[in-house]
Amino acid sequence: MSAVDHLPAADLPTDFCGIRLAHPIVNGSGTFDAIAARRAFGEAIVEQFPFAAFVSKTVTVEPRQGNPPPRLWELPGGLMNSIGLPNKGLSGYMAHDLPELAGLPVPLIVNVMGFTRDEVAKLVSAFAERDEVAALELNVSCPNVETGLIMGADPTETARLLERVRPLTRKPLIVKLTPNATDPGAVAEAAEAAGADALSLINTIRGMALDPRTGEPWLGGRTGGVSGAAVRAVALAQVADVAQRVSLPLVAMGGVQRGLDADDLLRAGATLVAVGTESFRDPLAGARIAQELARMRANPA
Amino acid sequence: MSVRDEPITTDDGRRTLAPPARRRLQILARQQFGAYAVLRVADPHGPPPRPGQFAMLAAAESWGGGAGERPFLPRAFSVLRARPGELEFLLEDVGPGTHRLAELDVGDWLWVLSPLGIGFAEPAEELAGRRALLVGGGVGIAPLAILQDELTASGAHATALLGFRDGIHAAGAALLRDARIATNDGSFGHEGLVTDLLIAELDADDHAVVYACGPPPMLEAIRIVCAERDIPAQLALESGMACGYGACFGCVVPTKDGYIRLCVDGPVIDADQIESALIPGTGH
Repeated sequence: MSAVDHLPAADLPTDFCGIRLAHPIVNGSGTFDAIAARRAFGEAIVEQFPFAAFVSKTVTVEPRQGNPPPRLWELPGGLMNSIGLPNKGLSGYMAHDLPELAGLPVPLIVNVMGFTRDEVAKLVSAFAERDEVAALELNVSCPNVETGLIMGADPTETARLLERVRPLTRKPLIVKLTPNATDPGAVAEAAEAAGADALSLINTIRGMALDPRTGEPWLGGRTGGVSGAAVRAVALAQVADVAQRVSLPLVAMGGVQRGLDADDLLRAGATLVAVGTESFRDPLAGARIAQELARMRANPA
Repeated sequence: MSVRDEPITTDDGRRTLAPPARRRLQILARQQFGAYAVLRVADPHGPPPRPGQFAMLAAAESWGGGAGERPFLPRAFSVLRARPGELEFLLEDVGPGTHRLAELDVGDWLWVLSPLGIGFAEPAEELAGRRALLVGGGVGIAPLAILQDELTASGAHATALLGFRDGIHAAGAALLRDARIATNDGSFGHEGLVTDLLIAELDADDHAVVYACGPPPMLEAIRIVCAERDIPAQLALESGMACGYGACFGCVVPTKDGYIRLCVDGPVIDADQIESALIPGTGH
């Protein structure tokens, strides 16, 4: 039996910052590698691409190898990861990843992160002139090495970053909020005031696990980010709060496994819903969830 | 997919591409071999795996979501054996995932994403007149069974050397033909390590290629023995995986060229790609 095989693409046309999408389901950055998926599945994954837009993994100016293993820890109803943003760096991405990702049948959103405002500016400027890129997402869940503050945990830091990079591009700028902040809603308001076009949330929630044999942190990076069904209620609360406080379109994510979960986030005020950890369990989860959502819309209970 | 398509292979024939849709497959048989269970499932439309490729398995019921806590993610298993329209998997009940899978019986259903990863190199080009030594430890004997099937079918002789901790685990040796056995407690076969058997074989005739899968300390010992004697070795490694197809970046292992994702750049690697088979977070 292959009930999810060759699903027709869900027909739920959605406008996001002027980008026309076939449906509102995308992937969370860093949860689906379209290039690796093509190695595993061949052209079938391109022909049945599960998302309405593709959000690529975080790009930094310099290449990064990522954190030492172990990088994963399964939780009740979830996963904790400490991956460490491995990527080829800006020039490697431009040379190797961008040409391949531009061939996907959906718009491309590039996620970038810098350790200083100048680094973010360099990345935004580089992608601003690439027609293959529909929008940019700013990963602000990292420390500004100049101030030591997590950029996205502080409204002032977030505003200063936006003020620096907003003039560099006319492409939509999405700020990915971190849930590891005292008041994500205040950061959302600061991002809106400083010119963000959209917000995405939630990123993973910081956590830790100890190796039962040694009592030391299990993950090579010591702490990790919690995702999956376990964070769904947190995501819904944060999305509902941010939706009340800003008028920007929201890309909502956190533990989405079914059309019903996506529908909850849309009802809370989101425009798009991203699928992350569920794709680890099922490569075509995005398509299935979009289909379930379309069925719910066609036959409201 | 009503018709079985011709499988597409890449990576020099070492990878058969997987359909991106998980398949819901029914268990046809469950057989106990001492501490191990073998699940045989009907897979009428799946492409046949290369020896050494793996599958991500989850029980169709009581796995993730809903009231279930752990297991949440699917688990990676090397294919034990493939016959037309059927796959076999070997499992040992050691954690929440394998415990749930070990509860399953004939008629139950699995979600299966398969075949994944890079398998063993094609024997004809790899062997070039050398003999094949298959060295397995514990549940790691699984990919050597399908490899032995292929080697035997191609007319090559494949000597199996298998190590287990004790007699109840050594019952798994029945899954390969003509296996020579070592047990840690001496309850079956040679008392000691499977690497003792390997060294004896190589002392007798070192014109060989080694194919190995098992716990990291065993693989590390094999890697060192083969490196010292300049014997080509392919190792099927293990690393905790969330997805099996390169999405999560969780299963990296350090190599001489930096980290590789074991799910897309392995699980079978050439022994000279790594400095050590003792991968953090594996083997327990």
